[in-house]
Formats: sequence, structure tokens, C-alpha cells
Amino acid sequence: MKNLKISSLLLLALISFSSCSDDEGTPELINEEEVITTVTVTLKSNFGNGEEIILTSRDLDGEGPDAPVISVTGGNLQSGIEYTGTVVLENETVSPAEVINEEIIAEADEHQFFYQIGSGLDATVSYDDTENQYLNNGSLNPVGLSFTLTAGAASTGQFTVTLRHEPNKDAAGVSEGNLTNAGGETDVAQTFNLTIE
Amino acid sequence: MKFFTLVFVCVFGLHIQAQECDYTISGVVRDFHDGQVLPNATLSINGYQKYALSNLDGKYALKGLCEGSYVITITHPECEVAEFTVEVSGDVQRDFKLEHHTEELNSVTVKGQNLKKGSASSAAQILQTDALESYSDASLGDALREIPGVSSLNTGSTVVKPVIQGLHSSRVLIINNGTRMEDQEWGVEHAPNLDLNTAANVTVVKGASALRYGGDAVGGVILTESPKAPAKDTLYGKTILSGASNGRGYGITSTLMKAYHSGLYIQGQGTRKRSGDREAPDYVLSNTGVSENDFSVGFGLDKFTYGFDAYYSMYDAEIGILRASHIGNVSDLVRAINSGEPDVIRDFIYDINAPKQDVRHHLAKLSVFKRFEKAGKLTLDYSFQQNNRLEYDIRRGENRDKPSLDLRLTTHTLQSNFAYDARSDFKADFGVEASYQENFPNPETDIRRLIPDYEMYTFGAYATASYDINSNFKLDGGFRYDFSEIDAEKFYQNSRWEERDYDTDFADLIVEQFDNQLLVNPVFDYHNFSGTLGGRYQFANNWDLKLNFSSASRAPNPAELFSDGLHHSAAIIELGDLRIKQEQSYKTSLELNGQSGGFSFGINPYYNQISDFIILEPTGLQFTNRGAFPVHEYRQVDARLYGVDLQAAYYFNDQFDVKTGFAYVNGHDLDRDRPLIDMPAPNVNTTFSFRKAEWNNLNVSLRNQSVFKQNRFPDNDFEVTYINDSGDEVTETVRISESPAAYSLFHLASSAEFKVLNQSTLTLGLFVDNILNTAYRDYLNRQRYFADDLGRNFKIQIKLNY
Repeated sequence: MKNLKISSLLLLALISFSSCSDDEGTPELINEEEVITTVTVTLKSNFGNGEEIILTSRDLDGEGPDAPVISVTGGNLQSGIEYTGTVVLENETVSPAEVINEEIIAEADEHQFFYQIGSGLDATVSYDDTENQYLNNGSLNPVGLSFTLTAGAASTGQFTVTLRHEPNKDAAGVSEGNLTNAGGETDVAQTFNLTIE
Repeated sequence: MKFFTLVFVCVFGLHIQAQECDYTISGVVRDFHDGQVLPNATLSINGYQKYALSNLDGKYALKGLCEGSYVITITHPECEVAEFTVEVSGDVQRDFKLEHHTEELNSVTVKGQNLKKGSASSAAQILQTDALESYSDASLGDALREIPGVSSLNTGSTVVKPVIQGLHSSRVLIINNGTRMEDQEWGVEHAPNLDLNTAANVTVVKGASALRYGGDAVGGVILTESPKAPAKDTLYGKTILSGASNGRGYGITSTLMKAYHSGLYIQGQGTRKRSGDREAPDYVLSNTGVSENDFSVGFGLDKFTYGFDAYYSMYDAEIGILRASHIGNVSDLVRAINSGEPDVIRDFIYDINAPKQDVRHHLAKLSVFKRFEKAGKLTLDYSFQQNNRLEYDIRRGENRDKPSLDLRLTTHTLQSNFAYDARSDFKADFGVEASYQENFPNPETDIRRLIPDYEMYTFGAYATASYDINSNFKLDGGFRYDFSEIDAEKFYQNSRWEERDYDTDFADLIVEQFDNQLLVNPVFDYHNFSGTLGGRYQFANNWDLKLNFSSASRAPNPAELFSDGLHHSAAIIELGDLRIKQEQSYKTSLELNGQSGGFSFGINPYYNQISDFIILEPTGLQFTNRGAFPVHEYRQVDARLYGVDLQAAYYFNDQFDVKTGFAYVNGHDLDRDRPLIDMPAPNVNTTFSFRKAEWNNLNVSLRNQSVFKQNRFPDNDFEVTYINDSGDEVTETVRISESPAAYSLFHLASSAEFKVLNQSTLTLGLFVDNILNTAYRDYLNRQRYFADDLGRNFKIQIKLNY
């Protein structure tokens, strides 16, 4: 009987102890830092006044139901002209907008952009940067934060920007910008319609 | 000391002898439970040559006693030995009550437990210690597949969830040593957070008839039971060491029990498992290592009329998730399905990197009981559980080492049960249960919460009874009522809130508005009714027929209500729905068991009709800067499942036998007239065993595991337009629905026993799984799109009982 009493007491103690569990109050708002809401590709003409064609994909609700809004401003590409391309990734859900490029630069060896030209569009793309440039690691593998686009004959077609996280950069063709053997997981994949005139 | 004793005995002895010695102790010996008289009980006075036997009326008389204090020992063939102290200073009238049932409880554990846990009429099966021990380095879900009708829903080979007759997750309750596990079991990628080495046996009740443990067991109940301490002075234990070639893993588990004659006991148990990357026949399954550390301690007092148990267990596991199954968007999924090989194959390592799960479960429990004469046993339990689940994804920058999911679920449960057992032909249980649960998703993940902050209160009350009409015919039944209230605080993206039309239906739930998110406070109440009714008829020796009807009612779980986010392993966006109501099942189960000569069999057909069955299914695509994602939404349909579990065995002689089990389940969505997703394919398991007691108890068995192709699956294939690797836009059908091909595997198990030292037994086991190194994929493995299942595995096991 004595044991029973002791156990009952213990039980009561436990219950009273547990009922004072901490209340967390109102949960705090989370604005995700890693969301890429905005992809901006700038194609700056290497000729004349350096006109800029700006390709933007903006998806302010990230994984929410709204689809990205895509725009191409600054007119069409000019046949035979070389363009210097740069890409900026931002998270506009936070203010001021966070530029995600910094993280990509810090982990340049684990990221690579791919620029694909769809059939129909007469253009070529080559990388202008290397990992070594950002990490000083001696690697000549490209990252793709800057590139050159050369517009060929007048045509219309799709231009796709892809960012892969942890791709296999040493696989065949990957350093030339071919996705076939790249693997990894997709962080950005967006397509723009371009016209060369 | 001896001297004093001697003096004391002499003085005391002389003192007694000086008295008149013609007193009598007389009375009646009765059964504690029902008060019936007990004939043939032997009463003896310790230290004196005096005995008496109770007569047919239970009466006894011990004559010729002097004044003094006597200890009387009473023995009865069906009762535990009991001692009572009686003071004599004249004739004494004294009735004794003996515990009549201990003999039954100890020796007939197998049959007794069936009655105790589910109901006599429900289909149930038990896995005993020896069967569990061969899985000491694996998981509960692996072990339970031994039972026909129980399969598993896997994420790779390391996250294994039991499926009972086609149903799983929130529909299968796991009762760990009397406590319902609250380990975020709603998730299909969340394995039960318990170490099967803590269990002495595991019972599977295939239906909702175990009402004492919950009314929402639409699929069934899995009950694990800890080893019971014997009421004698003893110290024993066991250690099992195992090593496996696939994954280059090892496991060690040890149990130690110290028990006293008084009923006091203390026990401890610990397990460690470690494995590196597992291997499929043709490649390494990169990042599939496991590291698990568990322990449990318990102590208590187990007297006949009262007692208590205190128990604490901790489960801690780090589980690697196949690297190649972590994908970015739907075109990554298309690539994975088309390539037929994992995208990431690296050399073997032990390290576990992201993606991975890191889960920890604490369970503390205190229970007390008291038996009342001519009534029964009252039990009061309090349990505390805390489950912390961390899931790590591949992340960038300073978030790299942060978990993407960090949920802490805390549950307090108080329950009380009264088991009425005063009559031998009528037994009943009454009980109440109340719980408080709090979920805290840690905001430091910096990822929007998949499951929100919530508090949940539940209250349940039940009554179950069984009645023996005669010795062959038993009826049982029961009902249960459960109330639950969930009070959540959740952030929705404005766009999601509007897209779900919540702005028209639930506008009053909004607490606060931010730039692009809303804080809402849904509070939902659910009233659930469940019940069971059945009978068991034993129409010949070893032949019986059971019929059981049960209805279970399950309130939606937090995932079904609130989930709202991206699942990386499947590249899907999963959406709960605030409008979801409870589902109600109506199940009929028939079971016939029989034996004739060396042949025995069991056949268990069932039909389960479920109203408002909650399912997750694809409803469209959503576009983001990362590409397209299929959206899966929870919704409710009327469904039915029917099937049959069969088992048969033939004992040729003492050395050879063959056993086979077959399970078939057919699930159908009645609203849309199409098959239900994720139903186990028909399967047959056949084991040939050879045993020779003279050869060190040698046991060799060869098992064939054959799984047919599941031909019944809903067509959830969808079309997606994406840019292929050469930069062109293509439209392709994503074939996610098709089930993998049939497969057949052979497994070998063998063991032999050796006596070591004086009281210890060493058991040596050698196992080979998937002997032919067959490459296969299983329909119920969520990683079947990415990689083959496990290849050949050699395992040795050394067990020492001491």
C-alpha cells in the first residue's frame, strides 16, 4: 500500500511538472531566405552604345500557386553581335532584396549555370568565368555567372537558363555547357523567347 | 549474530512451550477474483510440522497451536504460493484469498495475449521473441512482414512503415508497451520511432477491435510488449551481436533483468546499430547509412494486488536518404525515371550526409495498478513523449547545416482502465483517456513550416466486454467515443489562401496580415464513434471460426489539414485542406483456423468499407523559377478494400516442415471507380525448415519471397512540357503510376546453439538475404523511381543468453 501511495504522489508530481510546459506564444513569421524569386539575365551589346536586353522571371510567392511573370525588355538581339551576359538571382520576399549570387560565388565549385539555345534560335553561348576566379582553387571549370552570347542569323527561339546544384562538373561536355551528363538538382530553370533581327 | 539468534530462539521457544497449545486457526480459502472457494489448498506453518488441506467447501483448520505469531504458507495447484502472518492468542477465524489466475497468465501467454489485446473475435497474430531476435539489427517494419497481410511502405531500405491489410501511417496505431506512439506517424517517410529490441513480443490486430488503445485504427493496431519480470530472485540477460555485409554494418543489443521474489524488478536495455551505404546488386546506394542508439530502463513492483512500473526509453536515429532521390523539379524526375539508374553513385562510405533524417523519441511512463477483490484490476497510466524530427535537405550557403524541417511534438497522456474479471465467463474493460499534445516547428530552419504550431486536446472513453456463452462459443463487443480539438496557428501565403478559396470559407480565422503572408488560427473539433462486435466459435479441437465487425473513426491528421510545401524526395507540392472531415471505416473480418494431423491452416477474408477516406492525389502542375512541380492534394472519397490473408503449414516430422503465407488486397476508389494507390501487390512467402535438436538445436530454413506485379493502380501519369538537355522544348508523359515488375527472392537462415559456461547459451546464426542477388524494385518503395532495392546480404549473429 505504501508503494501505491508513493507512486501516486510521484504521478501527481509528474503531472503538475509537465503541465507547466512553456508556451511559445505567437509563432514567428518566416520569410525564406533561399527562395529565388527573381532571375535577371542581362545581355549587354559589345557593340555601339552597349544596349541592354533584360530577361526577367519574377515569382514572388516562390513555391506558392502563382506562376512566374516573365518579361524581355530592351528589344531584340541584333544579328552578328556579341553580347556579354550576366545573371543575377534575388530573393525579393525580404527587404532589401537578398542577392543570392553571393552564395553561389562562395560555393562556385558546387554550382553551374547552363544556357541552352533551342532549335530555331541561331545563337551560341560560351562561358566567361571559371571557379578559380571566385575560389582561387585552380579549377578552370565554368560557373556561368558571366558568359558571352553571339547572335547569328535572324531567327526566333527559346533561351533557357538552368542552375544546377552539385552537378558533376567533370562529366563529358558539362564544362562546355551541355546538360546531358550534368546531374545534380535544379535550382533554377526558366525559358525566355528571344528574337534575333 | 549467531549467538544472539540462538539466545532469541531459546528464550522465545521456551516462552512458547510455556503456553497452552490447543488453539486453532480455521477458515475458508477463496479465489481472489470471483470469491469462489478453493478446495485442495495446502496450508503449512513455517518451521512447524503442521499441515492442513482445504476441503470441497474450501474450509481448513490448523489445530494444536500455541500463542504466538505464525507464518502460514498456502499452496494450490492453480495459484501462486502465498504467505500470510497470523497472530494467535486464542482460536482464530481467518479466510485467505489466493490469486487463481497467475498460472494461466504465465504459461499460456500466447493464447492469453490474443484475448487480452484485441478481442477474441478479431484477426490477430503475434511475433514472439525468437522471431524478433533475428531482426535485432533491422526495424519493426522489417520484422512484421513475417505476418501474412502485413507489408511495408518503404523509403529506401531504412525507413520502413508497417502496412496492415493495405493501410498505414495514421491508420495503424503503434502501442509501445501500453503507450500509443506519438511520433509524427502521419508522414509516409516517418518510420516508427522505436527499437524492436525493447519488445518481448509484438501483436498485430488486423482491425479496429483493440478499442482500449484507440478508436481510429482504421487499418489496425501493433502492440509491443516488454519482457515481464518473473516473481523470483534472479538475474539474467542477453546480448545479440550482428554483422552484415551489405552496408558493412553491425548491431549490438543487450538486455539485463534483475528480479526479486517480492515482485520488485529493475531492467535495462541498450541497442546500437551502425551501417554505411547499402548496395543494390549493381551499384552503391549512396547516402543510405544509418546510425541508431537506443536505450530503455525500467523498474517496478509487481505484487498480486498492487504494483507499479516506471519506464523510460530513448530512440535516436540518423538515417541517410538516397542522394539520388533528392531532386529539384519535375524534369529531374523525368530524367531519373528514364535513366533507370541513380543519378549519384559514389564509392561506399559510412558517413551520412544530407539529405537525411535525424529523429529522437523520448518516452517516459509511470503506471500503477491495484486489484480489487471480486471485481478486477484498476490501472492508471501517465506517459510523456517527446519526438524531435530533423530533416536535412541539400541547402546553400550558411543554411547548409540547418535542418529544413525541425518539429518537436510533445504529448502527455493520462489513461485509466478498469478490467472486470470477477466472473470467469464475463470480462469487461472500461476506461478513459485524455491527452494534450503540442507541436512546435522551429522557425530557425528559415523554411516555411510544413506542419504548423498546434495544440491538440483529446478525450476518449470506452467499454468492451466478452461473454462465454459456453466453453466453445464466445461473444465480444465494445464501443468508444473520442473527442479531439486541434488549435493551430499557421502562416499561409496570400496567394495560397486565395487559391484554396479559404478567403471565402475561412476569412474569420485570420489573426494578422503581413506583406505576403497571413497568420490564421483554425480551431477544429471532432467527435468520433467507434465500435466492435464479434464472436468466436470453437467447433472442434484446434478448429475455430471468428467473425468480427468493427467501425473506426479517424479525425484528419495535421498533414491532411495543414501541409503546405515542397517535398524534395518526390518533387511534389503537398497541400492539406482545412475542410477535411473524419473518415469512418466499417470492416468485416472472418477467420477460420484449423488443424488436422500435421497440416494446419488459417484463412482470413475481410471487407473494409471506408467513408470519406482521405487520399493524396495529383491535381495539376505548379510553375516556379525552378521549373514545374506536380501538386498533390488531400481529398476525401468513398473507398473499399477487400482481401484475404492465408497461411498453411505442414509438419512432415520433427525435422522438416513447410510454411506458406499469402496475402491479397484489392483497394478501390468508389467515387471515381478506379484502384486506390499504394496497395500492396499480392505476395507469397514460403519457408522450408529443417531442425535437429540433437545437433545443437540446428535450424536451417530457406525462404522464398515472391511478390507479384500490382496490376491495380490509378493512372496518375501527367504530361509536362520542359526544356530537355539539348535546349529544346519537349512534352513528355511522366510515368509515375506504373508498378514495377514481379520479383522472387530467396533467403537463407540458420542457427545452432552451444552451451557455454554453466548457465549460458550461445546461439550462432548465419543468414543470407537475397541469395541470388536479384535486382528488383517494389511498388511500395517510394524510391522505386530512383534505384533498385537491396542486393545480397550476408549476416552473422551471435546471441548469448546468460
